[in-house]
Amino acid sequence: MIKTIYSKGKLVAKTGNEVMAEAMRQIEPDVVAAYPITPATEIVQIFSQFVADGKVKTEFVAVESEHSAMSATLAATVAGARAMTGTSSQGLCLMWEMLNIAAGLRLPVVMAEVNRAISAPINIHGDQSDTMGARDTGWIQIYSENSQEAYDNMIQAVRIAEGAKLPTLVTTDGFIISHCMEVVEVYPDEDVKKFVGEYKPDRYLLDIDKPFTLGSIELQDYYFEHRWQLAQAMRDSKKIIAKVADDFAKTFGRKYDFYEKYKLDDAEIAIVVIGSTAGTAKIVVDSLREKGVKAGLLKIRVFRPFPAELIAKDLAHLKAVAVLDRADSCSGTFAPLYSDIVSALYSAQVISPKVVNYVYGLGGREISVAHLANVYDTLSNIASGTEKPLAEVGYINVRL
Amino acid sequence: MAAEMIEIRWHGRGGQGAKTAALLFAQAAMATGKYIQAFPEYGPERMGAPVQSFNRVSDDPITIHSGVINPQYVVILDPTLMETVDVTEGVGKDGKVIVNTSFSAEEIAKLLGIDKSQICVVNASQIAVETIGRDIPNTPMLGALVKVVGSLDINGVLEDTKNKLSVKFAKKPEVIEGNLASIKRAYDEVKVS
Repeated sequence: MIKTIYSKGKLVAKTGNEVMAEAMRQIEPDVVAAYPITPATEIVQIFSQFVADGKVKTEFVAVESEHSAMSATLAATVAGARAMTGTSSQGLCLMWEMLNIAAGLRLPVVMAEVNRAISAPINIHGDQSDTMGARDTGWIQIYSENSQEAYDNMIQAVRIAEGAKLPTLVTTDGFIISHCMEVVEVYPDEDVKKFVGEYKPDRYLLDIDKPFTLGSIELQDYYFEHRWQLAQAMRDSKKIIAKVADDFAKTFGRKYDFYEKYKLDDAEIAIVVIGSTAGTAKIVVDSLREKGVKAGLLKIRVFRPFPAELIAKDLAHLKAVAVLDRADSCSGTFAPLYSDIVSALYSAQVISPKVVNYVYGLGGREISVAHLANVYDTLSNIASGTEKPLAEVGYINVRL
Repeated sequence: MAAEMIEIRWHGRGGQGAKTAALLFAQAAMATGKYIQAFPEYGPERMGAPVQSFNRVSDDPITIHSGVINPQYVVILDPTLMETVDVTEGVGKDGKVIVNTSFSAEEIAKLLGIDKSQICVVNASQIAVETIGRDIPNTPMLGALVKVVGSLDINGVLEDTKNKLSVKFAKKPEVIEGNLASIKRAYDEVKVS
């Protein structure tokens, strides 16, 4: 029987897109600027209906491109407004220049993002190439396994962004979550509004009593210090993310960490993965556990900032680990999550786990229970020494 | 958990409402206390092209997010699809195929090459024409599916569908009545072998 966790929660059947729009309605930002057609999903389209129906007082700015969407959103933030947007795939690519500016100016823009493949070839389905391409732009990145997490992450993102003075994006896997209807527990408007709180910027350009300069040129004299501050803000944001998650758990009853450990503490082999595939992997872990195989899972929720120290501790006891990337770096070496995991381990002098890398699911390619069971089988063999770990990226379910 | 989870695949043609049927079915199942998933297979968006959509229903939270490979129930909105699409793919020996057709279960079993006991037939198109006024087989097939699955409360399903349609068709009460009647009739008329 379905049940709520929060005493005042209500169960609804909604798609990932619908719950992200619902979170935006409850947050009710001052401004939403977006380009509401493909490659964006229906999130901002649904939100624009809320505006048209008078359900929110938000100023909705329909712009002519995603580059303008991000420009208008960050400009609204500069003016002292709480501002949000949403996009996907090529839209995020087109925003890239302004993504960096939002971060460099330390603006707490919040974005609902849906992970979809990037061109070419043209594809509309789910993979994480878009946000992985934006991983070094100075945005906090929070990934969601399912619609419930997407909703909860959106609510937390506002406080995280404003606390850290860093732009923050929340994602779901395209189609797999964004267009899938599931049971989601939503909270009353007033409780969400109370949790999110009022936006009170320390300073903003329309505050004529406290004038300041934003977006100035800084050459050899100050540029480096400001970029260091940006990097430091990302490091410091870990405390803020943890605090917001803590408050969220106290308020609504759902506990979120930087990553979820699923039967990991006593595991000998484990998969590390981001997003919806974690849910499918849990089924495999459960069935392996029934057979006595000590399998576990680590699901990344917060990818930027990367919780390296904690991960190194939690993976140190494992014999074999497979890091699954739903994006390929085309780097000539490994994929993005693997590179971060291995440097986390090595920098913490954790060198005993054998760590392999797989790329899967590009362009929405199926990733099934059987595919993941194969990965765990390989890990068992590596752990027992009967199979040598692959020294290059492996590819799951692709015709080579 | 996997043993208790029901997986369903809908076959239809673009415009027939296979996606809507899966969404409505999921909402109705949720209204009776179940965890649900409903998702379409997105391909070319063309009127008349073969399309699929899927449901999962369970008493426990559903974490799996891969495609439905071995559905226990297959619902076929358009009988002409049986000639061009492998509608029984992945259906095991206990699986049921529910077809919108005027033909008998024996005739459909012969066409699909599976046992007659696996076939359920209902003339959903005729029911739709007589109750809704148009050949929209998705809502009656919802009623047929509820009957065949057996573990869902038809009154709960009707109540939920009424609430959903009341919002969308507030100014067209005849649409609501017609759709509800179609679900009830298909529920009563589907022939379960």
